[in-house]
Amino acid sequence: MQLYLPIAEVSVDAFLLLGIGGMVGILSGMFGVGGGFILTPLLFFIGIPPAVAVSSAANQIAGSSFSALLAHLKRKTVDIKMGTVLLVGGLVGSSIGVAIFAKLKEMGQFELVVSILYVALLGTIGGLMFAESLRTIRRQKKNTPVAPRKRHTWAHGLPLKMRFRTSQLYVSAIPPFVVGIMVGALAAVMGVGGGFIMVPAMIYVIGMPTKVVVGTSVFQFLFVTGYTTIMHAVQNKSVDTVLAVILLLGGVIGAQIGVRLAAKLRAEQLRILLAALVLLVCFKLASDLILEPSEPYSIELSR
Amino acid sequence: MIVRAFLAVLLIWTIPVQADERVVTGISKDNIALNASFNGSSLFVFGAVSRDAPIPIDAPKLDVVITIKGPEGPAVVRRKERWFGIWVNRVSVTVRDAPSYYAIASTRNLSDIITQTEMLRYKIGMDQAVRKVESHQKLYDTQPFAEAVVRIRMDNRLYSQRDWEVYLAEETLFQSEFEMPSNIVEGEYTAEFFLIRDKEVVSTGSTEIIVQKTGIERWLYNLAQNQPLIYGCLSVFIALVAGWVAATAFSLAKR
Repeated sequence: MQLYLPIAEVSVDAFLLLGIGGMVGILSGMFGVGGGFILTPLLFFIGIPPAVAVSSAANQIAGSSFSALLAHLKRKTVDIKMGTVLLVGGLVGSSIGVAIFAKLKEMGQFELVVSILYVALLGTIGGLMFAESLRTIRRQKKNTPVAPRKRHTWAHGLPLKMRFRTSQLYVSAIPPFVVGIMVGALAAVMGVGGGFIMVPAMIYVIGMPTKVVVGTSVFQFLFVTGYTTIMHAVQNKSVDTVLAVILLLGGVIGAQIGVRLAAKLRAEQLRILLAALVLLVCFKLASDLILEPSEPYSIELSR
Repeated sequence: MIVRAFLAVLLIWTIPVQADERVVTGISKDNIALNASFNGSSLFVFGAVSRDAPIPIDAPKLDVVITIKGPEGPAVVRRKERWFGIWVNRVSVTVRDAPSYYAIASTRNLSDIITQTEMLRYKIGMDQAVRKVESHQKLYDTQPFAEAVVRIRMDNRLYSQRDWEVYLAEETLFQSEFEMPSNIVEGEYTAEFFLIRDKEVVSTGSTEIIVQKTGIERWLYNLAQNQPLIYGCLSVFIALVAGWVAATAFSLAKR
């Protein structure tokens, strides 16, 4: 069924979009990752203009974070104070990101920069995941115990200390603020939630307990991606609601399937599969940059 | 003024007898609302040739060319070039007055029924559509950029040239159908009709068509362009509601 996307100004198959949303949903259900980092490149591949793909992905993440946040609030696994510090940083980062986005688009270099960023990001994530899964599988065979994690990190020596009761922490507000900025800028420029940066930073740099990490990051995603969506709509007029809603529906269905699949399959083997997929998308993006394009010219209307 | 008017009348009088043929045109509606939901829609164009005297037996065959041109507007055309091993937009050129839509239909092969001079005079043809090209970077050869506009827009079905697609009956009634893709620009379109005998235009006619899009897609587009803040807030709100409803529906279904 062909569907016309009003802002992307292209017709695409609605079931293809649902399928892409569903696949990303399965990944997020299985691995607990947002999946924005794989969604946006897939949208490039089916011919959605990169600027629209990035902005609409932010809109989609806002939608999928909301119900997740409600669930976490019910379980009391959200550190709202920590989330607010991350959020303030996120709003600053997002504003910077939206401005960079607009400037790159005006220069005609947005597609190039976002492709390079994705190649770097997916190459790193895919490579790390691959190595990590191999190491875990080997460790399981040898049965060596995992070293316990230190709660006290270098971040505890910085000034501007705040008490975070839910996380049972007394740490500087600077590291979460800086992490927030980075994640916000990534949300605006790449259309990703940024969990792949925020979650490790929360655990290893800030030293938060694992049980509040996901809930707190979902809290931050909801407001930062919501703000990013509005900023993109105003500055760049690149948010396609129809696209976002279809991806969202596919994603919700996929997440349910993903949760069930994860219960049946072995996590380490799944992780290798995901790593392979990430590397494949990375490879395709890289080859699009390197190989001679079939149409070197492009038109942009000056409105 | 009077002199000029007189001259004009004289000119009309001196046109050869053949020009007694005039085109009477019709279009399905001159205010068209296109539904942009699916793959676009089509525009039915028809007309008749009115003549004061019967066609002379030895007269050359009559041909009809119809063109439809959408609102003109500027566009930036960029070209990728290899730069440190990757393909990067390096050169850009502004095209000032490229029509957003341009379709030509004719009774036979266009090149067989009209001379090059006549095409230039009446501005018929793809090469005539995109002409004002300006270079920012003192580029001498802007022709490939104009050609690229035509090529890309032909791929997007915004530009088309279809020979043998005007049906002419009894050298009197003609009709054709034009395809309008979903991403056309709203506004004032011009349909032009050319009656051709012996490779020369003997009569022309034109009508304006107001093209409007309908449907929720068009409403969203206009909102995004005119009220971006409201559109942005609405997008977030819709996403939150859609995400929440879908997730709730699933958790209810599981119980």
